[in-house]
Amino acid sequence: MVDPRISVISHRLSGISRIIAVSSGKGGVGKSMVATTLALTLAKSGYRVGLFDIDFTSPSTHIILGAQNVQPKEEKGLVPPTVHGLEYMSLIYFVGDNPAPLRGADVSNALIELLTVTQWGTLDFLVIDMPPGIGDAILDLVRLIKRIEFLIVTTPSLLAFETVKKQVALLCELKMPIIGVVENMKMDKAKGITGETGKLGLVYLGEIPFDPQVEDAIGDVAKLLNTAVGKKIRQIADSVILAKKRAP
Amino acid sequence: MHEWALAEAILTSAKQIAEQEKLKEVTEVTIKVGELQQVEPPILRFALSQMKSDIFKSAKFRILKAKSTLKCRVCGTAWQFNFKKLDKATAEAIHFVPEVAHTYIKCPKCGSPDFEIVCGRGVWLQDIKGAK
Ligand SMILES: Nc1ncnc2c1ncn2[C@@H]1O[C@H](COP(=O)(O)OP(=O)(O)O)[C@@H](O)[C@H]1O
Ligand SMILES: [Mg+2]
Ligand SMILES: [Zn+2]
Repeated sequence: MVDPRISVISHRLSGISRIIAVSSGKGGVGKSMVATTLALTLAKSGYRVGLFDIDFTSPSTHIILGAQNVQPKEEKGLVPPTVHGLEYMSLIYFVGDNPAPLRGADVSNALIELLTVTQWGTLDFLVIDMPPGIGDAILDLVRLIKRIEFLIVTTPSLLAFETVKKQVALLCELKMPIIGVVENMKMDKAKGITGETGKLGLVYLGEIPFDPQVEDAIGDVAKLLNTAVGKKIRQIADSVILAKKRAP
Repeated sequence: MHEWALAEAILTSAKQIAEQEKLKEVTEVTIKVGELQQVEPPILRFALSQMKSDIFKSAKFRILKAKSTLKCRVCGTAWQFNFKKLDKATAEAIHFVPEVAHTYIKCPKCGSPDFEIVCGRGVWLQDIKGAK
C-alpha cells in the first residue's frame, strides 16, 4: 500500500517562492514571536505571506496574532483564512484550546495531512513556526519540502547556543540553507553569540532586545509591530529578503 | 470539499506508479479509505472522475472501506472507532486531520488519549492495474 499524500506536496507548495522555517534547539527562545512578527512585517511591506504553525502540541502564534473565530474554507482542500494580512494555518482550527497529545508519528502524519490539503495559492513567503529541537519536525520538513531555508533563533545564553550548534551541524549534513542566526532577548552588550555565529560560518542577523512591553502587545498586532522587538525585526526582515541572492 | 485534495494526491501518486511500471493505460485503481477519516466514497469517486485525464481516461476506481482499530498504549485495550458517537464538529475535525482524534477520543477502559491508530486512518493506494 502506498501513501498517496507525499506525491502531491511539492505541487501544493509550487506557488510559494520562499519557505522559511523559524527554528531553534530550545523552547522559549522566541521562535513564535520572531516567526509571527517577521511574517507580519513582510506582509506589511507588500509581500504575499503565509504563516504555518507546526508546533502542534504547543501552538502559540494564534495568541500572538489574536486570531479568533477564524476557520479555513473548504475548497478543493483547505484554504487558510487571512489573519492580519497573513494566510494563516494552525492545528488550532481542529483542536481549539484542547490539548493535542501527539507522539512523533502522529506529528508527522498531521503535518503530511496539512501539507497535502492546504491550498496556499501564490505566496512570496511561507513562514513556518517550528517546535523546539531537532526531531520529527525538522526531519519531516527536510524530507517533504526539500527547498526550505532555516532562520535560527537563539538567546544570549550558551545553553541555547549549544543546541544551535547541534542544529547547524545537522542542517549542514543535510545540505539545507541557513539564512542566519537571530539573537533574541538581549539584555546587555555582550558579543559572545556574534563571535560564535561567525565561527560557524553563519550570518549574524542581529540582536533583538528583551522588551518587557512585548507581553502587553500579545494579541495586538499593531502594538507588537511598534515595540522594540517589532522595530528590530523590520531590519532583520530586510536581511531575510536579501538573503535570497545568497542562498546556495 | 477537501476530498478533492486527497483525490489529486491519489491521481498524482497513481500516475507516478504507472510511469514506473511503464503502463500506457490504467484500467483499475484500488483505494482504501479508513473509517477514522470518514472520507465519503461517493464524493471521492466524483472528484476522481472530474480530475482524471490521459492515462486514467478509462480507469475504474475501486474504493474499499477499512474499519479503524485503535489500541491503548497504556492498558492494551483495542477498540473499533465509531464516529456515530461524535458530535458533528468533532467528526469534522478528525475528518480533516485524523490525528486530532487524540484530542477527542479516550481509551474506553482507562481513559487515556495515548492510543495507537493501528489501522483505518486515512486514504491509501492499494493497487493499480493497467496495460503496457
Ligand atoms: N525580545 C523579547 N522580549 C521580551 N519577551 C519576549 C521576547 N521574545 C519573546 N518573548 C517572550 O518570551 C516567551 C517565549 O517566546 P516564544 O516566542 O513563545 O518562544 P518559542 O516559540 O521559542 O518557544 C513569550 O512569552 C514571548 O512573549
Ligand atoms: Mg513557539
Ligand atoms: Zn487504556
